[in-house]
Amino acid sequence: MSGFTISRRKMLAGSAMLLASTAMPISGWAQTPKKGGRLVLAADSEPRNLNPAIVASNGVFFISSKIVETLAEASFDGKDGLAPRLAVSWEGAPDGLSATFKLRDGVKWHDGKPFTSADVAFSALHIWKPLQNLGRTVFKDLAAVDTPDDLTAVFKFAKPTPFQLIRNALPALSSVVPKHIYEVGKIEDNPANNAPIGTGPFKFDEYKPGQYYRLTKNTDYWGKDEPYLDEIIYQVLPDRTSAASALEAGEIQLAAFSAVPLADLDRISKVPGLKVITKGYEGLTYQLVVEINHRRKELADLKVRQAIAHAIDKDFVVKTVFLGYAATATGPVPKNDPQFYTANVPTYPFDVAKANALLDEAGYKKGADGKRFSLKLLPAPYFNETKQFGDYLRQALAAIGIDAQLVNNDSAAHIKAVYTDHAFDLAVGPPVFRGDPAISTTILMQSGIPDGVPFSNQGGYKNDALDALITKASETLDTSARTDLYKEFQKEVAADLPLINVAEWSFISVARDTVGNIANNPRWAVSNWADTYLES
Amino acid sequence: MSGRTEGGTRARRFCSSSRAADAPMTRALALLRRRLVGSVFVLLIVVIGTFLLLEAAPGDAVDAYIVSTGGDAGMIELLRHRWGLDQSELARLANYLWALLHLDLGQSVTFSRPIRDVILERLPNTLLLMVSATALSFGLGSALGIYAGARPGSLRDRFLSIGSLALYAVPGFWLGLALIIVFAVGLRWLPIGGIETLASDKTGLDRAADIGIHLVLPVSALGFIYLALYLRMMRAGMAEVWRQDFVLAVRARGLSRRRIVLAHVARNALLPLVTMLGLQSAQMLGGSVVIESVFSVPGLGRLAQEAVASRDTPLLLGIILVSAVLVIAINLLVDIAYAFLDPRVGASEAGA
Repeated sequence: MSGFTISRRKMLAGSAMLLASTAMPISGWAQTPKKGGRLVLAADSEPRNLNPAIVASNGVFFISSKIVETLAEASFDGKDGLAPRLAVSWEGAPDGLSATFKLRDGVKWHDGKPFTSADVAFSALHIWKPLQNLGRTVFKDLAAVDTPDDLTAVFKFAKPTPFQLIRNALPALSSVVPKHIYEVGKIEDNPANNAPIGTGPFKFDEYKPGQYYRLTKNTDYWGKDEPYLDEIIYQVLPDRTSAASALEAGEIQLAAFSAVPLADLDRISKVPGLKVITKGYEGLTYQLVVEINHRRKELADLKVRQAIAHAIDKDFVVKTVFLGYAATATGPVPKNDPQFYTANVPTYPFDVAKANALLDEAGYKKGADGKRFSLKLLPAPYFNETKQFGDYLRQALAAIGIDAQLVNNDSAAHIKAVYTDHAFDLAVGPPVFRGDPAISTTILMQSGIPDGVPFSNQGGYKNDALDALITKASETLDTSARTDLYKEFQKEVAADLPLINVAEWSFISVARDTVGNIANNPRWAVSNWADTYLES
Repeated sequence: MSGRTEGGTRARRFCSSSRAADAPMTRALALLRRRLVGSVFVLLIVVIGTFLLLEAAPGDAVDAYIVSTGGDAGMIELLRHRWGLDQSELARLANYLWALLHLDLGQSVTFSRPIRDVILERLPNTLLLMVSATALSFGLGSALGIYAGARPGSLRDRFLSIGSLALYAVPGFWLGLALIIVFAVGLRWLPIGGIETLASDKTGLDRAADIGIHLVLPVSALGFIYLALYLRMMRAGMAEVWRQDFVLAVRARGLSRRRIVLAHVARNALLPLVTMLGLQSAQMLGGSVVIESVFSVPGLGRLAQEAVASRDTPLLLGIILVSAVLVIAINLLVDIAYAFLDPRVGASEAGA
């Protein structure tokens, strides 16, 4: 976390931003929260399924995390980086075969029925494990959930499972939904998937497609005096420029998830009454990586991959593509991760001469036209920044005699081209680091993954030593031994370059000064907002 | 696309139908009959063409979906099966057409709801936007065209011509953004977008007024672009009419200039504009895609864009189908209006 802050501060633009935001009159930040009010904010997409127990994704959490709660939430200062929610304590057995959760007393579902351990057992066994996009991996060995009493849930695993992994997965993967609503009929077709019922501080009220979602205060919420807000309205604003305009016009009070484009932040930070906030996304780090198709004989050569790594000026990328709102990357774990990150890995400083020498050494001499070979480069279209980095990478490669041809696709076509058809040589992707390398990071390098799995190793990379390391880490129960193995993993990845990590970035929020308690946890935008308030 | 073909065949249709009978009513009915039969084929071609085009696009609904979720091989297989994407293209097309025969537009993959409901929810907004924008561009455009064409070559004529050309050259999204910055962000006179105030629980006249206020900017953005077209057409048409002998005749009869302009010159130049109205309806639908996104209007255009991005083939087919029906209906109305408005067309062609 601190690494991320420090390196960001090094950036001119970033520090200017920080100055600007701290110099603004931040009245009310330390005041006691006020009750009441309607918070209107921008939403750029409309998830088809609002059940976070089935779809664990930021787009769904953004709305449903206020309605449906998890067992624990990420925290800046809590033990193991967690704060209790529906669970008040948790403990893993030394043999890794069970984990015990003590649940919160006196919690009620939005329909008035009591919340019990049966709901946790049902959610874990019937939703997280078989249906959830991430849970299918993390909870694959979950065999049973015992419920000795209404407030205790004991997870039983068929194979030893590191409790560190389960703990790290709690904030994103452990949304609990009511058993009495979901036990009838097919879970995927349950109407509650579109109008969720949970235990959270806000109740789902209405959804007008293409217009807004309305959440209203849960007066029976278990948190004392919470929530403060009466209503939350998500206004659907599909156009990327409209969130900034709506903020300026005072029609919305908050735009999270970088709904205001980076290029507009400088201007918007000068608008009186608006503040730019870079905190509150530490637990949602996106990584900018160059995915490599190792089936290409040139790219199967480590020297060529090293040359490409040396050809990329990471500082320039952070400054120019991300306008300072990012950090350079050293390996597959981001610098801001408090548990696993190690800086002790091989690095590839920007050095065009060295890159050229490496390519000469590898036997790919420049031709008469100054080109060594051609590559197909597919930048992922999901973010402006991935597209812009594609443009930069093309130029950086040209400087070392590699002719990269850009292929621009829309999202669906990109996913198919890279992860199913393997019709790429290099691709630019934004994988997400989810607090533990075993959740969605090691899959980027591991071999033996079937075709068509997105955000996984589809580049034909196979490294037996690395595979063995990944397997060993996934079975190691001791937290510090497991952490060490993942440090080893980072070293090996940085040395062998199955892919090239370039930068790490999180999102930016822009809000009216009147919105209080913003960004007070590392997953703030996707947390429950029970303590968020509005000054009148 | 279909609008152009419709317009091209219009003259011929009039020719044959006018020979059968001279009364406008009979001609209109004959036209209607013929057109309805033709429309079925047009719609079939549109549906099959769109289906094939979408199939040719790389990636399917599951590919589009997993962009935001990820997922393992088992989950992806499950989704493909649930959404019927594991069937062959031919089987899916056949299923769709069979359902269509029963007037069933199917289920949307993205919304997990009947497509009929999804479309009906958005259609009124798009129609409102289109009709208002058409009224604005046609009404104001032809009025300004008459004003400019009344004195061809005058200062006001030149000013209006240049001004309208400039508006025509401006891209729709830019005009929309400029209007937002000036009137919504700067002056704060009007809302920046949406079709009505969010979660306001307004009803009746209050709600209508609210919707009206929200429509001002998008309708202006969409309408002003096409305004130039009508203005210039009207002006050009009038310039032509001025040179005709009958104008000299009415002048010789000593009619006032105002009377000549309105009752004779403008009236005769108006007919091509009616044709344009029909042709323009298809383009207007296209333009609404951009305007609806810029102004966050929950309409059919934005829905179509989302359907393409999410590879929701049945939803897009439904939207295209409804749009095609709309365009065909508007053109049919224009032709019928023509049959009533201009007895001359039929008469002269019958003699030719």
